[in-house]
Amino acid sequence: MARSIKKGPYIDPNLDSKINKLNEENKKVVVKTWARRCTIPPEFVGHTIAVHNGIKFIPVYISENMVGHKLGEFSPTRTFRGHGGKLAERMTKIR
Amino acid sequence: MARIAGVDLPKNKRVIIGLTYIYGIGKTSSQKICNECGVDVNTRVQDLSEDAVTKIRKKIQDEYKVEGALKTEINMNIKRLMDINSVRGYRHHRGLPVHGQRTKTNARTRKGRKRLVGGKKK
Repeated sequence: MARSIKKGPYIDPNLDSKINKLNEENKKVVVKTWARRCTIPPEFVGHTIAVHNGIKFIPVYISENMVGHKLGEFSPTRTFRGHGGKLAERMTKIR
Repeated sequence: MARIAGVDLPKNKRVIIGLTYIYGIGKTSSQKICNECGVDVNTRVQDLSEDAVTKIRKKIQDEYKVEGALKTEINMNIKRLMDINSVRGYRHHRGLPVHGQRTKTNARTRKGRKRLVGGKKK
């Protein structure tokens, strides 16, 4: 079910304040975050945000048409290494 | 012969069904079009007056996105998802279900016919 319009989009308060501060100072720093559920508001455009995927932080450069999506959509949590074949077998051993 | 939005409508069907042969028009919008054009939904397509056909054609042209235009829009939306590197785009690219369904079994609509993977040989 979609989120109630009354509430507006969910934006992580911590991340929002950090990005707003960066915007005021006109700086660009990679911000680490775990807030995968955070919707991307227009203020984030042009920043790089490192989004946690459960193991590590994936740097995501926010472009204009990412607005309205969630941060987690750009940081995949699974790596598919293929079925069958020698390559796949070796890969699973490494993991 | 009624030709609307580049599609030949079947002659012997009722208007409400005939209009659904156009990509992008289902039964609901078909009903709506008929009502707004003052056409009885039970008339057969071949019995439609030239006037009514023109009216329906104009209505669809002005208010509905159908056929090519609609297909392009859908493809553009999918392409957008792929271009922004989202997981949804990746699922489209790989031809897997997009909305979080299971893929251990089923998902055959998206994945197509079964491809067998060779077993491990000792």
